[in-house]
Formats: sequence, structure tokens, C-alpha cells
Amino acid sequence: MHLAYPTIVAALLFSVGVYGVLARRNAILVLMSVELMLNAVNLNLVTFDIWYRDRLHGGQVLTLFTIVIAAAEIGLGLAIVLLVYRNRRMVDVDRLRALAEDSTRPAALEAGPQPEPGGEKAGAVEEAAP
Amino acid sequence: MSGPEVVFTLLGVVAVGSAILVVTTRNLVHAALWLVVSFGALAGGYLVLTAEFVAWVQVLIYVGAVVVLLLFGIMLTRAPIGESTDLDSGNRWAAAAVAVATAAVLVTVMVMGFRDERMPLRDGGGSAEELGAAVFRTWVLPFEVLSVLLLASLIGAIVLSRSDIRARPESEARQGTRPDEEGGG
Repeated sequence: MHLAYPTIVAALLFSVGVYGVLARRNAILVLMSVELMLNAVNLNLVTFDIWYRDRLHGGQVLTLFTIVIAAAEIGLGLAIVLLVYRNRRMVDVDRLRALAEDSTRPAALEAGPQPEPGGEKAGAVEEAAP
Repeated sequence: MSGPEVVFTLLGVVAVGSAILVVTTRNLVHAALWLVVSFGALAGGYLVLTAEFVAWVQVLIYVGAVVVLLLFGIMLTRAPIGESTDLDSGNRWAAAAVAVATAAVLVTVMVMGFRDERMPLRDGGGSAEELGAAVFRTWVLPFEVLSVLLLASLIGAIVLSRSDIRARPESEARQGTRPDEEGGG
């Protein structure tokens, strides 16, 4: 098989994931786009493992490890998203501006319950922001 | 184009097309379901590339566990089930420009670098037997470290999502440590 086919599919999947991370507003959709990018990397790992005819199967074993790490990441990420939802009643990443530099917060001021800035909440928001 | 190339091209078109639907659809639940299609097509691509074990792990973990977790997250954040118009943020065109630039750079590099390379597809190259031998002979230490990582993320997710765990107030924390010191003395 020509090496260009899987690598081009992986490149396109990665750029679709980049678009999703940058353009989506809902934190769960951002997590889905991150998964798309991880899958593109996995496809590249498998492809080059087979291309090199690796005796130790480093690429495919690293793909398995990446899948496990992605599962751990999605579990922790969803826990953080649920914590943000419990504190703020919304998970829109562009309205979580508690750590922003500027004092003008047009979108956040329109949001219903105004959360008080606290250390624990700010840490959760920092994790959820792209 | 040989047979595997045709099959892989079709699966790749399905994977990339449903990935585009994931990032453009207006329905949050449909995005999770298109993600299943994308991951499934990618698993088929792994099968074509003779990576059987990775393909089944992909089906089990991504299609089985990750998408179900994402659906749970969608339900628990009380997201709108029907169509919603505000799923995209304002910087959509900048994001599209960045994504097109990324795709152009990556595809150009891949085509220029590997234009003449062909890879041998060997039967059983990624079977469970070979991968199991590789994991438990060569990659045992990373495997064990990974189990510690999974345990840490399990505990972290529990601590983050339980609401009845509070930081102890100052006086109670001091009282909690005093009996230990007395017992030690």
C-alpha cells in the first residue's frame, strides 16, 4: 500500500480536530475534537510501525498506550466539565472568562448567576478553557 | 490503485466526512453519534493496515467507552437535545483558516516526503499474539506505569465529581492532627 493514503487521512483528521477545538463553544464538543486529533496521531503511529516493519512493534504498542491515556483524559476532562457546570450552570468555553486579563467581560456579565472568583473554581475554569 | 488502497480510501473518506460532521453539526447528540461512525471507519482502516488488535481495542474503548462517557456528559450538563444555534463561537472563520493552513502544510509535507514510499502489508503483523508478546517482553515497564496512571485518574475523577468532599476548616484540621501527635508521644 502506498504510504500517502493513511498519512493524508491522518493529516485531514488532525486539521478537522484543530477546527473543532478552535471553533466550538461547548466544552464537550471541544473534548470530542481533541479525541479526533488523538485518533489522527494513532493512525500515523500504526502506519509508520508497519512501514518500518518494527520488530518490537513500538508504534502499535504506543497506539494502545495512547488509547488508554485518551480514556483517562476523557474521564478527568468530563469530571472537570461537570464541576464547571455545577458551579456555573453552563459549559461554554468562551464565556468562562474569570482568568482573562481585561476587565470588560460583556458575555460573562450577561450570564445569569454571577460566580464569585474563588481559587478552586478558577482552577477548574483554567482546565476547561482551550 | 490496488484493492487495499481502494478500501482504505473509502474508509478514509467516511472517517474524515463524519469527523467534519462532528465539528459542524448543530445537534450535540448527533455529534457524538457521528463520532461513532468516524471511529468505526478508522477501526476498519486499522484492519486494512493489518493492525487487528489495535482495531478491536479501538472499537472496544473508543466506540464502547469514550462515546458513552461523552453521551453521559451531554446528559449531565443538561445540554439541549434538539438543534441549537449557539454551538459555534464567534471565531469560526479564524478557526477555519487555521485548520485549512494546518491541512495544507501537513498534506504537503506528507506528499513530498513519502511520495515514492510503499509499505508491505504482511498477514498477522499486528495480531493479538505478536502485540501481546511485544507488550509483555519489551514494554512491560511502560505498561505497569500506565496502570498507575489509570488508578490516579480514577481517584482524581472520583474526587472531582463527589460533592460531599470539602476542604477541612482550619480548627478541625488542627484537632485532627493533635491525637496522632499525642499517641506518638
